[in-house]
Amino acid sequence: MFQIYCPYCGEKRDEIEFAHAGEAHYVRPNAKEQAAMSDEEWSRYMFIRDNVRGDTAERWWHQHGCNMFFNAIRNTVTDKIVMTYKMGEPRPSEAKIEAARKAQS
Amino acid sequence: MKFSAASLFANALSGHKKWPEQFPDKEPKKEYDAIIVGGGGHGLGAAYYLAKRYGITNVAVLEKGWIGGGNTGRNTTIIRSNYLFDESAALYDHAVDLWDGLGQELNYNLMFSKRGVLMLAHNVHDVQSFQRHVHANRLNGVDNKWLSPEECKKFLPILDISQDRRYPVMGGALQMRAGTARHDSVAWGYARAASKLGVDIIQNCKVIGIRRGADGAVEGVETEKGYIASKKIGVSAAGNTSVVMEMAGLQFPLESYPLQALVSEPVKPVMPCVVMSNAVHAYVSQSDKGELVIGAGTDQYTSYSQRGALHILEHTLMSISEIFPIFKRQRMLRSWGGIVDVTPDRSPILGKTPVKGLYVNCGWGTGGFKATPGAANMLAYTIAHDEPHKINAPFNLDRFVGGRLIDEAAAAAVAH
Repeated sequence: MFQIYCPYCGEKRDEIEFAHAGEAHYVRPNAKEQAAMSDEEWSRYMFIRDNVRGDTAERWWHQHGCNMFFNAIRNTVTDKIVMTYKMGEPRPSEAKIEAARKAQS
Repeated sequence: MKFSAASLFANALSGHKKWPEQFPDKEPKKEYDAIIVGGGGHGLGAAYYLAKRYGITNVAVLEKGWIGGGNTGRNTTIIRSNYLFDESAALYDHAVDLWDGLGQELNYNLMFSKRGVLMLAHNVHDVQSFQRHVHANRLNGVDNKWLSPEECKKFLPILDISQDRRYPVMGGALQMRAGTARHDSVAWGYARAASKLGVDIIQNCKVIGIRRGADGAVEGVETEKGYIASKKIGVSAAGNTSVVMEMAGLQFPLESYPLQALVSEPVKPVMPCVVMSNAVHAYVSQSDKGELVIGAGTDQYTSYSQRGALHILEHTLMSISEIFPIFKRQRMLRSWGGIVDVTPDRSPILGKTPVKGLYVNCGWGTGGFKATPGAANMLAYTIAHDEPHKINAPFNLDRFVGGRLIDEAAAAAVAH
């Protein structure tokens, strides 16, 4: 079980308080954009996932805590969460991720 | 050599020290007519059927680890075909047809045991849904019958059918052609039979790139053991399919999750069949050695770590104890995890890809073992003919664009 740092609560809590909510930085097209999308583009939005082997950005939901969504960088080979950040913040740069990884170990 | 009672007896006399190697560990040649990426049951089976049924014997199976070290050796060995939709019933029942007599065909003891799979219904929705499955299966020629609680008890005496329990048994669906097989034997049996037909099985040979020509068609693979040319490449890489497909510039509708299983200390025979209870989330059978073989759920996050969290196992054991209080004091011996590739509709992708010469067998999610011979044969057929068979044609990649999903996930009642 992970322990996950919730950037809103400012606390590390057990994984069972959280729900994994899929790939991060996934922008839902608005109604107008949807109407203009081809089947291939819609399929890409709907079904295709990066499924990264390595560092991935993903959403977590603090379901049994503050009820907020936030993003995390996690390595899918070691399952170590490198860092978490608030919703709306851009995906951290590689340098930032490496710095966070160093600070952790 | 052929395995037989006579060979067993002869080798017993020499203290079992003179058994020959079952299949040689080969070094890759420069070029093959077809390459299979992934040396699990599905991949080895595909190589076997290519050589046996479709006359393509110049085949290599490339495995990054060792034969059967991936999901083939990590599942709960259960075989069944009681799926709801016509397309799934045809595919999984094709596999069950091939399981029959496979041990004889491969001259390998697969310990295939048709002991039946009993799916327990615990609420009105379960009853309706399972009966719908039974009827759908009957129309598709798949055996599956409805049992009353008393009939369930007769079939599985340790079952408590008193109706005042939190999850009373309100009946069950029993598929008698379903059962278990020894999963390692399936990989070894296919490997041995395939290598006898001229297939090269190359272990510790990770694929690190797929080379494509000017017309976009595949030309070969870059591996840890150098470049190997082939105009036909079949990918059967389970949880790592996304990684391999990216080498060919393709993105797939897959996510990889850890799935765990565990076995208990061995006890005397008490469980004559496989039992599934989706409402309580239990999935258990007893091996011939006497261990309970228990399937757990997937973790909630994507991962390639081949490990899962302990609270998943805890939840699973709570469920087992809920249905079978007799096992409450049973101790668990081992647990392990595998990485399963899950599609949005929980049905596999089996057929051609947009890249010429590249074929795929993936997306089996949490239920690939049961389909091993069927999936292998379909992949081999598709590679040999450059066209899918009518059984695997619906399981194409285009369904995620066209929308003709085979939504076994929404069919519920079936654990995946």
